[in-house]
Amino acid sequence: MMDMSSSEVLIEASGLTKKFGEFVAVDHIDFEVHRGECVGFLGPNGAGKTTTVRMMYCFLMPTSGVLKVAGLSVNTSCREIKALVGVAQQEDNLDPDFSVIKNLTVYARYFDIPKAEALKRAEELLRFFQLEEKRDVSIMALSTGMKRRLIFARALLNKPQILLLDEPTTGLDPQARHLVWDEVRLLKKQQVTVILTTHYMDEAQILCDRILIVDQGKIIEQGTPADLIKKHVGTEVLEMDYDQKLMPLLKEAFGEARMERLGERIQIFTDQPHGVFEGFLNEHKLQNVSIRNANIEDVFLKLTGRGLRET
Amino acid sequence: MSEGHIRKSPAKFSIPRLSYRVWRVWRRNIDVFFKTVKVNFFPSLLEPMLYLFAFGFGLGGFIPNIAGQPYINFIAPALVAVAIMNGAFYECTFASFVRMYFQKTFDAIVATPVSVEEVVAGELLWGATRATINASIVLLVVAMAGLFTPVPLVSSPLFLLAVPLAFFGGLLFASIAMCFTAAASNIDFFNYPTFLFLTPMFFLCGTFFPLTSLPVAAQGLAMAVLPLTHVINATRALLVGTVEPILGLSTSTLLLVSSIWLVTATCFFFVLSINLMKKRLTS
Ligand SMILES: Nc1ncnc2c1ncn2[C@@H]1O[C@H](COP(=O)(O)OP(=O)(O)O)[C@@H](O)[C@H]1O
Ligand SMILES: [Mg+2]
Repeated sequence: MMDMSSSEVLIEASGLTKKFGEFVAVDHIDFEVHRGECVGFLGPNGAGKTTTVRMMYCFLMPTSGVLKVAGLSVNTSCREIKALVGVAQQEDNLDPDFSVIKNLTVYARYFDIPKAEALKRAEELLRFFQLEEKRDVSIMALSTGMKRRLIFARALLNKPQILLLDEPTTGLDPQARHLVWDEVRLLKKQQVTVILTTHYMDEAQILCDRILIVDQGKIIEQGTPADLIKKHVGTEVLEMDYDQKLMPLLKEAFGEARMERLGERIQIFTDQPHGVFEGFLNEHKLQNVSIRNANIEDVFLKLTGRGLRET
Repeated sequence: MSEGHIRKSPAKFSIPRLSYRVWRVWRRNIDVFFKTVKVNFFPSLLEPMLYLFAFGFGLGGFIPNIAGQPYINFIAPALVAVAIMNGAFYECTFASFVRMYFQKTFDAIVATPVSVEEVVAGELLWGATRATINASIVLLVVAMAGLFTPVPLVSSPLFLLAVPLAFFGGLLFASIAMCFTAAASNIDFFNYPTFLFLTPMFFLCGTFFPLTSLPVAAQGLAMAVLPLTHVINATRALLVGTVEPILGLSTSTLLLVSSIWLVTATCFFFVLSINLMKKRLTS
């Protein structure tokens, strides 16, 4: 892991707030993002992820608070900020009036990239995102996964230092998701700073150096995936069908461990080293049991008392 | 307040700060236009021909001279003005709304160094360009038709000035249209300005009958609040050399009044529409 204290702060928010009328979408949040980091905003729909990202590229003006990107205030230096940032917005806003390649070259014009250079970068990006065969087709002819990848490619045209990816994999099949993940990893290697929003736990856990868990406009917890898991849920989880008769046994075997009942299932969390559950399972022959590593989903559940996708 | 703090109220009404990037937005639209030029260009030749044919040659045969001119010479300049109005208005209502709302084209562009103000200004300039293209087509049809009329439909090479006029007149209608777009919650909303603003102007601004045949109050109203009146005054002056004596004023006085009216209104609505759109798009 990188050493945070010595690296440069690229994005800095303090007391950042956005209201729509009386409704508070982002509520006094503070965070920092360092150069080269991949930071994930993880939260349910409506948590305020998109609103936060939109303030980072001046799409929305904060209602109050401070937000600086690359040392520049979003209130006074939008043009400079937007030249440094690449944005892959959540919704499909590709230009249906143009072909795939023209979508990229026209977009490059907005960044003042000279024509020949724009075409070169566009061709490279199409290759990188496996869209070469679609070069001259209309946007309408692309699948959802291809559209997402083209939006991602378009965000890289200006060789951004900071990449904002708003739900880059929502609605994608597993194969397409993996393609996007590979690209994010490659960019991280090139020291691009990545901000990613998602409501997929696994995605946040796999890709992000640090996760900010957001709910109802607030950051309720932040840290590295490993630290968050260790702090809130421990190492392993034993899951089995709920059975009244088992409860005394479980209490006796695991005593202090946290237990959660989720409908017809029961989960037992432990922060003991791996192996504590195996002994128990060897003693008692049980059906439908699984032991798995604790994950971010458990953290979220514990912190908010509910699953991400229910909201 | 420290640097980086926000003005509490959303951005105030202001003169937009624009750069050359306005033309990047304009370029996007003109690129799309040329891609579909066949569908855009040739059908738009037909409409003015129909009007000239039906009203000028057809109806005109039953109508005595107006201000010493055949009826077709009276309506030809008005048709150029109507093309300016319709071209710009359609572009900055329906077409801009589709780009803004359904295609989210503006959302994509404002993530680049182009600002919201520049996106809107680019749309306005494109609306003006579209008006110029449409008006030029009508102008061409009118000039050609004039070869077959007793009195030519254009009296001097001055008629070529109708092309730059179309751009500035188009900018006015584009700006007014964009104010409606800023207020539109869905595309059906544009029925209001189309039927309550465009259609009345189409009939009441001295297009098909002289304004001077209306009561003085109506003439005054048309001069005070209906932009098409002033654009028609200008196209009449450029194509046939005289304007009907609205409110008893001479051609040169009318031309001066209309020019001042058009310049003032264009500046006002240009700034207003950009501010309204900015408010809609960023808050
Ligand atoms: N332009 C807007 N006007 C009013 N409310 C909005 C607007 N944009 C977002 N919201 C509201 O703000 C909240 C946060 O939205 P958003 O940032 O899109 O959440 P997320 O991206 O986490 O799903 C939601 O309740 C949403 O309805
Ligand atoms: Mg969102």
